[in-house]
Amino acid sequence: MHARILGFAAFAACLAMPAAAAVALSDAAGSYTVSPAGSSIRFTIGKAGGGGFDGAFARFRGTIRIDNGDVGRSKVDLTIYPESVGTGQSRIDAFLRSDAVFDAANSPEIQFRSTSVTRTGDTSALVTGRLTARGKTFPEKFTAELNGLKGGTIKFHVTGKVLRSRYGMDVGTPLYSNVVDFDMTLMGKRG
Amino acid sequence: MQSITNTPTRYGWATILLHWLIGIIFIGQFALGVVMVRIQSQRTAFELIQLHKSLGFLLLGLIMLRIAWRIGNATPPLPASVGALERRTAPLAHLALYAFQVALPLSGWALVSVSTLEIPTMPFNLFVMPNLPLAESDAAEGFWAAAHWYLAYLGIALVALHVVAALRHHFLLRDSVLTRMITPSSGGE
Repeated sequence: MHARILGFAAFAACLAMPAAAAVALSDAAGSYTVSPAGSSIRFTIGKAGGGGFDGAFARFRGTIRIDNGDVGRSKVDLTIYPESVGTGQSRIDAFLRSDAVFDAANSPEIQFRSTSVTRTGDTSALVTGRLTARGKTFPEKFTAELNGLKGGTIKFHVTGKVLRSRYGMDVGTPLYSNVVDFDMTLMGKRG
Repeated sequence: MQSITNTPTRYGWATILLHWLIGIIFIGQFALGVVMVRIQSQRTAFELIQLHKSLGFLLLGLIMLRIAWRIGNATPPLPASVGALERRTAPLAHLALYAFQVALPLSGWALVSVSTLEIPTMPFNLFVMPNLPLAESDAAEGFWAAAHWYLAYLGIALVALHVVAALRHHFLLRDSVLTRMITPSSGGE
């Protein structure tokens, strides 16, 4: 039944089948711990003249709590360890870890704490929260799309844009865009 | 006033201005280059390197202008008092100076073009300067970094020789070689 709901999620959203949505929600409700093994946090920053550079954080932890009955009361907490940044180019990694960007030695954690979750479709939601990096906190928005739900695991595809300048990471603009495009897959395990 | 162009006996304002502008930027670029690769702060280093790239392209543009201006203008001869040896070596030294002024920015351009860091070049944040059509690799980056480094030290040694020679002309030989490059009015022999 889950497979059917997921497989037809987009279809269901179009047809606005409240029955299916209600089933999906009640099935999804619960607390999840983000599993790094099945998750990824990737980002892209556009470059002047075209292209961009990609990176990913290897270490992070988080929890997802989906409220039974009221999605709006759901909660997402995510902590990223910027020390674990990887771009495939060690010199760039060292630069990103340094006080030029993340200052990982003094600010070892980047935190996101959701403040509200708004359902935007049968399988999608807008997650608003407070992002803290390098001691600065600003409200940010991410789009979460339910990507899978089976056997106590839940999978979301999360995207969002963050302006890095606000967090004291404006180095390299305008050579490198101020906009950081996040593309995450967060897999939660129940419990 | 026709003192913008050179005359058979005097340097015009254009030559004088280009000479000092290029000289100041060239020496500044050397100092900047030395500092930017030693500085602790990665952020400051990054920004100084971008400034170094911007000034390098400005320098390349100015030196092209200077060479074109030199070809299209009269070159005042050395004062009659200048000895035979210097009369032969000075043009060679000047030719070498021009060669280094072209080679240095070009080697820097090659360096950023082949660098595996793939950092774009935007002179003074105005426009994207395309890379030279060279294959990027760590080996090529190492080669051009070394080439740029050696050219810089040889170039600055040549500049030092040029400065010492100019000071010798002014203070020891007391001729017009230095002053005629400061103002067009003091050039006539």
